[in-house]
Amino acid sequence: MIKMIMDTTEIQTINPFSRLEVVYGILWTLVPIFGLVLGIIIGVLVIVWLEREISAGIQQRIGPEYAGPLGILQALADGVKLLFKENLLPSRGDARLFSIGPSIAVISILLSYSIIPFGDHLILSDLTIGVFLWIAISSVAPIGLLMSGYGSNNKYSFLGGLRATAQSISYEIPLTLCVLSISLLSNSPSTIDIVEAQSKYGFWGWNLWRQPIGFIIFLCSSLAECERLPFDLPEAEEELVAGYQTEYSGIKFGLFYIASYLNLLVSSLFVTVLYLGGWNLSIAYGFIPKLFDINKAGKVFGTIIGILITLAKTYLFLFIPIATRWTLPRLRMDQLLSLGWKFLLPISLGNLLLTTSFQLLSL
Amino acid sequence: MFLLYEYDIFWVFLLISSLIPILTFFISGVLAPISKGPEKLSSYESGIEPMGDAWLQFRIRYYMFALVFVVFDVETVFLYPWAMSFDILGVSVFVEALIFVLILIIGLVFAWRKGALEWS
Repeated sequence: MIKMIMDTTEIQTINPFSRLEVVYGILWTLVPIFGLVLGIIIGVLVIVWLEREISAGIQQRIGPEYAGPLGILQALADGVKLLFKENLLPSRGDARLFSIGPSIAVISILLSYSIIPFGDHLILSDLTIGVFLWIAISSVAPIGLLMSGYGSNNKYSFLGGLRATAQSISYEIPLTLCVLSISLLSNSPSTIDIVEAQSKYGFWGWNLWRQPIGFIIFLCSSLAECERLPFDLPEAEEELVAGYQTEYSGIKFGLFYIASYLNLLVSSLFVTVLYLGGWNLSIAYGFIPKLFDINKAGKVFGTIIGILITLAKTYLFLFIPIATRWTLPRLRMDQLLSLGWKFLLPISLGNLLLTTSFQLLSL
Repeated sequence: MFLLYEYDIFWVFLLISSLIPILTFFISGVLAPISKGPEKLSSYESGIEPMGDAWLQFRIRYYMFALVFVVFDVETVFLYPWAMSFDILGVSVFVEALIFVLILIIGLVFAWRKGALEWS
């Protein structure tokens, strides 16, 4: 016993630096994670503000204007208000499922941010499986919705949860096949490789031009995965009150609210990465003067420019889902499932075979 | 041994993102008021008293869609490794993958004809 203690003290006295290095290593892994989480929170607040302002613009209203300049702090004020609201738990419901449901929805969507490259090799974890991780993790979110719908013990919630699950699993297959075609073009599922494969010809090297059918299918499927109009059947107010979130109040409702906007942001980021050339400036090199050549500029400057370009593309793309919300009417449930299974699935399979045929010719 | 070091940061991220809901529940538990009442905690049914339980039998259609989903999801999982090494494998494996996809398209047509994809 004493010998063991002596041994351990000896080891401690021998390498005090290695322990310090371990602590530094842990801290050093935590820094990018907290940076990413902070960035995501700010990004979601910006989306909520953008959505309210654009909706107001489309409907000729003023929109949020009192909280902060131009109403920027409105989303933050709403979030703080939800923290102070009472958490109701339906007396006949299942308390555990009721709390775990929104948590699973948020965690699973948050995890898919770890494979998004925001700048040149600026990525939380550059996994070899890349986008496949997103496909795998996004299948977990419907379980959370089903749990919350079932745990509420409310007929509207139950139907809403079932509908949400049916919708997510139906539109996931076309989405997966589109991502498969993209990763086939770059011969790698890694998001960094996908972006670099698009960097050769500037604007015309984008996968958008090589995969126009795939882009449209991806757009429809990601709208359905985010449960936004015209595919917001799980929350169809006229039929189901508020779907699976009928019984939710306080911060648990807030978690669902955050999860929906997190999902919108991550799918928009994936559109940028998979189809719109990621962090590349995407202007043919003949046009830009040497001053703005990112590859030759300093590393920090280049990284900041890369992040700005990614975010600019993402938020410009976000105008499409937000404007769609106030333009298109909602589909019926049978129309929704027919569109998924009888139209998008055969077309995405055809798109995959077409892509492989073209790749075969270029081999 | 096959160690996956590149997933370390992923697990840390999973841990931290699981802390976020726990933290928000805790903060809201400290801050939020509590006032219970039998009517307040009963489930919402458009203002009338809730009739019966919601945990009851529901349409089998949802199961049919789930079954078809499993078939096609497993298919895409099988197609991924092929697509990743497409440039190495070449024409012969492309023909094999084509046959595989065609079998599944026949399965889709079968499910379609049998009415598994109909909602009403």
